[in-house]
Amino acid sequence: MITADPKGVLTGSHYLDGDHAVAEGALAAGCRFFAGYPITPSTEVAERISARFPLVGGLFVQMEDELASMAAILGGAWGGAKSMSVTSGPGFSLMMENLGLGVMMEVPTVLVNVQRGGPSTGLPTLPAQADMMQARWGSHGDYEIIALSPSSPQECFDYTITCFNLSEKYRVPVLLMMDECVGHMTEKIVIPKAEEIEIEPRKWFKGSTEDYLPYKPDDDMVPWMVKVGDGFRFHTTGLTHDERGYPVMSAECQKDNVGRLVDKIRSRVDEIVILEEEEMEGADVVVVSYGISSRVAIPAVERARADGMKVGSLRLVTVWPFPENRIRELAGQVKAFVVPEINLGQICLEVERCAAGRAETILVPHAGGWVHDDEDIYQAIRGGAK
Amino acid sequence: MNEIRISGFGGQGVIRCGYIIGRIAALYDDKHATLTQSFGPEARGSACSAQILVDAEPIRYPYLTQPDTVVAMSQEAYDKFGSDLVEGGLLLIDEDLVKPTPSDRERRMYAIPSTRIAEELGNRIAGNIVMLGFFTAIAGIVSVDAARKALPSSVPERFIDLNLAAFEKGYEYGVELLAKEPAAPARPKKAARKAPVKKAAKKSDK
Repeated sequence: MITADPKGVLTGSHYLDGDHAVAEGALAAGCRFFAGYPITPSTEVAERISARFPLVGGLFVQMEDELASMAAILGGAWGGAKSMSVTSGPGFSLMMENLGLGVMMEVPTVLVNVQRGGPSTGLPTLPAQADMMQARWGSHGDYEIIALSPSSPQECFDYTITCFNLSEKYRVPVLLMMDECVGHMTEKIVIPKAEEIEIEPRKWFKGSTEDYLPYKPDDDMVPWMVKVGDGFRFHTTGLTHDERGYPVMSAECQKDNVGRLVDKIRSRVDEIVILEEEEMEGADVVVVSYGISSRVAIPAVERARADGMKVGSLRLVTVWPFPENRIRELAGQVKAFVVPEINLGQICLEVERCAAGRAETILVPHAGGWVHDDEDIYQAIRGGAK
Repeated sequence: MNEIRISGFGGQGVIRCGYIIGRIAALYDDKHATLTQSFGPEARGSACSAQILVDAEPIRYPYLTQPDTVVAMSQEAYDKFGSDLVEGGLLLIDEDLVKPTPSDRERRMYAIPSTRIAEELGNRIAGNIVMLGFFTAIAGIVSVDAARKALPSSVPERFIDLNLAAFEKGYEYGVELLAKEPAAPARPKKAARKAPVKKAAKKSDK
């Protein structure tokens, strides 16, 4: 780890909305290339970056659409920059193909989705958490991805930096799955000094140009990277490829190539996953939540505890990869999981899969357009505790 | 917890006013303050509002449920947002732009010609800051010291003097009005937020 470049760090206390906090997080993380297409409720991120990048030597490009935006940030990363784009549902759909290209080419980049109600154009100005499965499975083929979900402007800042660090460490596009409520909510955020912000540097190849194999994995299964224009001649492609980056159309190469893309994440889930746990000891019910829903669930959990129920709280900061082991472990100890989410049942399916019938899984659905009423979450906890 | 709604017509700076209230509370009064704004088809001239929750404790539910303080700077905003004020709540209006209903005259209502005062200072655009000063004096939610500290960095640099003057005018107006009308009904403590009782959450049936 190194520390942040002070040039991009707006140290101090600020009163910012989540979108603006993401922009500051990106700047602090060292992001200097942004390509995007405006879409509510994510536009404020791009707006702030367009104003701030010229001051730090960054490059902001407003693209013709989201397909091009996603492609451009992959190119930006190969050009040596830390890159990012930001969008919402309809744009996220358009980015799915090139997200897969990013996975296949192993590009460290960050894509922010400020979720709004869908499908299609849905509810542009209102919140949802209904793109969570799309985040995991939206592009075709087998792959693993990393996705985080913040619940406040402060977390938008902090976890944007985490997204960049994870993307560099694992060489995979990392998704920040926000929602309109968090994006447009203004609160105090504290930006630390640059020397207090840890930054994962790019995994630069140190050898000679003759020795470079772009997809030869290191011990951690992640290959070394070089910058376009530094004299290295190499090939990268969305086709299944060997260590040289050249297409090889065989089952064997597919197994090695895609197997490694999956394993570099899957074998290190415990390293990647960030969870916030509370009062798990002896809990009958565990509320599993993420993003804004985790915050709205707190009054319901506190009320249930005040009523004598034993309620634990498991907050998923990283939603993908899913903390399968932890849920399996808890399933043997608790009566029920309660999953509030602003969709009609997505992450609850993962909880249910891992609980495998050993504990009940209770969904607290919300079709989108607002956040949960804590009464609904409270009643689900009560139901699960019986 | 205080639940505040600042409303007016688009272009009056009501969102800015709400933002500054939140900023004062969060950065200079060391409280928690969450601001949300309605993102609808609002355009310059139509009713718009900013919502701010202020509390000593961290704020979980981010939206306004029932305001205890409503500021209305236009008739349309007053008509749209004036009625959801909690019983015994505080209503602040721009007296030239809002004609309150007779029943509201009985409420804990204070009026100020905020836009006119700003015009007298040379720019009606500062009407929102006159109202901010008035709000600071009457509502007692943010401290005047914190407001004075926060203000210079909350407005464009070339308008700092105008805004500081506007704030002080509004604040003085409020202090004098309170001295004249000390017998305003005491504000009842608002009961804890009661969520509407709904049927139990749906269980996953798989």
